Amino acid sequence: MSPDLVKFIFGRLTWEAIPLHEPILLGTFIVVALGGLATLGLLTRYKLWGYLWREWLTSVDHKKIGVMYIILAIIMLLRGFADALMMRAQQAMAFGDNAGYLPSHHYDQIFTAHGVIMIFFVAMPLVTGLMNLAVPLQIGARDVAFPFLNNFSFWMTVGGAVTVMLSLFVGEFARTGWLAYPPLSNLAYSPDVGVDYYIWALQIAGVGTTLSGINLVVTIIKMRAPGMSLMKMPVFTWTSLCTNVLIVATFPILTATLALLTADRYLYTNFFTNDFGGNPMMYVNLIWIWGHPEVYILILPAFGVFSEVVSTFCGKRLFGYSSMVYATVVITILSYLVWLHHFFTMGSGASVNSFFGITTMIISIPTGAKIFNWLFTMYRGRIRYEVPMLWTVGFMVTFVIGGMTGVLLAVPPADFVLHNSLFLIAHFHNVIIGGVVFGMFAGITYWFPKAFGFKLDPFWGKVSFWCWLVGFWVAFTPLYVLGLMGVTRRVSHFEDPSLQIWFVIAAIGAVIILCGIIAFIVQIVVSVLNREALRDETGDPWGGRTLEWSTSSPPPAYNFAFTPVVHQLDAWWDMKARGYERPTTGYIPIHMPANTGAGVILAGISTVLGFALIWHIWWLAAVSFVALAAAAIAHTFNFKRDYYIPAEEVVRVEDARTEALRSLT
Amino acid sequence: MASHAHALTEADKNRFHMTEEHHPENGTLLGFWIYLMSDCLIFAVLFATYAVLGRNYAAGPSGADLFDLPLVAVNTGLLLFSSITYGFAMLSAQAGRKTPTLVWLAVTGLFGLGFLSLELYEFHHLIHEGAGPQRSAFLSSFFTLVGTHGLHVTFGIIWLVTLMVQVGQRGLDEAMKRRLMCLSMFWHFLDVIWIGVFSFVYLLGVL
Repeated sequence: MSPDLVKFIFGRLTWEAIPLHEPILLGTFIVVALGGLATLGLLTRYKLWGYLWREWLTSVDHKKIGVMYIILAIIMLLRGFADALMMRAQQAMAFGDNAGYLPSHHYDQIFTAHGVIMIFFVAMPLVTGLMNLAVPLQIGARDVAFPFLNNFSFWMTVGGAVTVMLSLFVGEFARTGWLAYPPLSNLAYSPDVGVDYYIWALQIAGVGTTLSGINLVVTIIKMRAPGMSLMKMPVFTWTSLCTNVLIVATFPILTATLALLTADRYLYTNFFTNDFGGNPMMYVNLIWIWGHPEVYILILPAFGVFSEVVSTFCGKRLFGYSSMVYATVVITILSYLVWLHHFFTMGSGASVNSFFGITTMIISIPTGAKIFNWLFTMYRGRIRYEVPMLWTVGFMVTFVIGGMTGVLLAVPPADFVLHNSLFLIAHFHNVIIGGVVFGMFAGITYWFPKAFGFKLDPFWGKVSFWCWLVGFWVAFTPLYVLGLMGVTRRVSHFEDPSLQIWFVIAAIGAVIILCGIIAFIVQIVVSVLNREALRDETGDPWGGRTLEWSTSSPPPAYNFAFTPVVHQLDAWWDMKARGYERPTTGYIPIHMPANTGAGVILAGISTVLGFALIWHIWWLAAVSFVALAAAAIAHTFNFKRDYYIPAEEVVRVEDARTEALRSLT
Repeated sequence: MASHAHALTEADKNRFHMTEEHHPENGTLLGFWIYLMSDCLIFAVLFATYAVLGRNYAAGPSGADLFDLPLVAVNTGLLLFSSITYGFAMLSAQAGRKTPTLVWLAVTGLFGLGFLSLELYEFHHLIHEGAGPQRSAFLSSFFTLVGTHGLHVTFGIIWLVTLMVQVGQRGLDEAMKRRLMCLSMFWHFLDVIWIGVFSFVYLLGVL
């Protein structure tokens, strides 16, 4: 074939893009491929494809979508954590004459991929997954406001994750750091596909995130059970509302910013270039106007989880409910006014820096109020140190210290010394691991019995918790020390041998965290094997307070046979206290949304479109774009989007539950 | 609105579940409003970028050299008229009159096409004169802001044709009225954005 034709068909995709010469990548690929083939084989062997397609992939059930988000996050956590271990190993080795085992162009991809994956494809799906799982149940709804959109959002997130994973085996990932600052990310300095993988992965996933934000805001505003006024909403629902408002208010900024970078790279415009009037600092401002609220998007739902867990496991109403709500709202607003603290060194002048330094410090006030609310909830409570409560206490200790180092960094003169150092790295891992990750593990342990009908094994949960807690401190305390000594981030080789001991300690910490992750997976396996012993028939294994605990575990497709009527905060606690008896007759047909494969199809085409754009395969881009538009339009011609679950089916499900409950007494 | 839906009557005080079917209010219009606000933020970024970079001519042409105000005035007129005709389409739809609805939608679409044609002509002319988006940060931000608006109009026209087909098939039931309402909000929203573009980019640009 003529080279022109090959170039037309494959764009800039060549055999060179397949990393056959990189043993690490090749090994990874073989393992992933074998694992994938084994999974596909098992699915075929046990004829599970139809089940998977009907019951999960095309499902619009918010509970199943929530579970799928969390599975995606756990898979991506393994990838992101493998990156972390590789960085720790490299930095522990590469001193003086020892160059370590990773060439710098590979190391740079690893730290970029680690950040991108951990934020966009671990933390975000965990948060969105838990919100999907719990919020409709907490507000007594049957599903979210736009069930199809929910399924579509999930698959767009998967499409983004697939795009990032592809970069491992086809081509390469960005070498720019997780926010891809220009001019480094511009064509002049990153001419290959890495940054394009970055851009399109985030754009595909970003569509899903924005839509799921809109979806959950409308769900919470419009679909609450009768009687549940805003100030009677569970705190997790409140924090979810604020998080989704932030998603809607910030993700479009990320989309637009990345689109401008795309224009620079594909259309040779001059937004962020060094010449023709471009201004790279414009990008840095814009990306952080999204980026700072993003960290609150992640932490607010974690705060919500801790609030639910503390009041449940202390057997008390949450202390200071309304101050908790106002603190959440204040954080939501302030999070939008602090972005410049990420680049005090830009040189915007003393008054601008002071403004952003002060707003940053002010955020610690509502956050501190929350900590006190949790402590006062524990005060004189009957505390049960079950696994979710352990994560909560571990969080309080860890997060407070992370918050204090954050206030330290908020002082502009201090930041001039510490910015871009390992002190910063230690700080944000301190709040993200100590806050978001601990919160998500607490939430998973807390709601797992609701989703599956049996508890997680507490022994392995405790092992996981202690490994994470100890591992975190062993891994990141040395980074604080190194940062204070002036060691900068993203360095793959050091000259000063006196630093090595700290990196070795940090690597040991990472291995302890690895044990925590393994223990978590062992916990799931052990719990599934022991599920009969761990089973909970009551639907309320922890003595819960909010509506999700009033229905069976796992809840039926319609969540509640009858929509609950809410009289006060902690609606389920109120029902139990006032001797509520579950109705056993009078069931009526229930109106439900119907499953659809449109989400999988649209997201699949989007991913192909992204791949074509990354590799400049223009014909494929055009074809997939037209296909995408056609599939979207075709979907709007589907008006059969709902159905009724007949009353007899409801009777059958509910009678089985009545029977199960009777056998308990 | 929400408080009404969540207020409990005296009879509800001692009951913990509804025995009848619960119908939460339809959230589509609220959801679409929120979507429009998120889209508005995309334009906010583009306007901000234009505000920051719009005078970085890089020794190239400025707005005063390039913009042809009479052409843009015609264009603005076309888009504003299309909003009025969309309004007429909505009035007909509310009255349940299918044929006038379709006619007004078609007129709206034609105005939209006219707008797009003039915009493409303007772009072509600029690029032909060597004032393409690569020439300077000013032109990059100009083309991106105006072009993003134009892409939205294009998308709106495709959507409009789709809805016309569906109204033709199904008539004006509740679902179709809701869809027409969403497109109506989208179309008027693009008008508002265009007024911003016309004032800040073109009028201020020729000063």
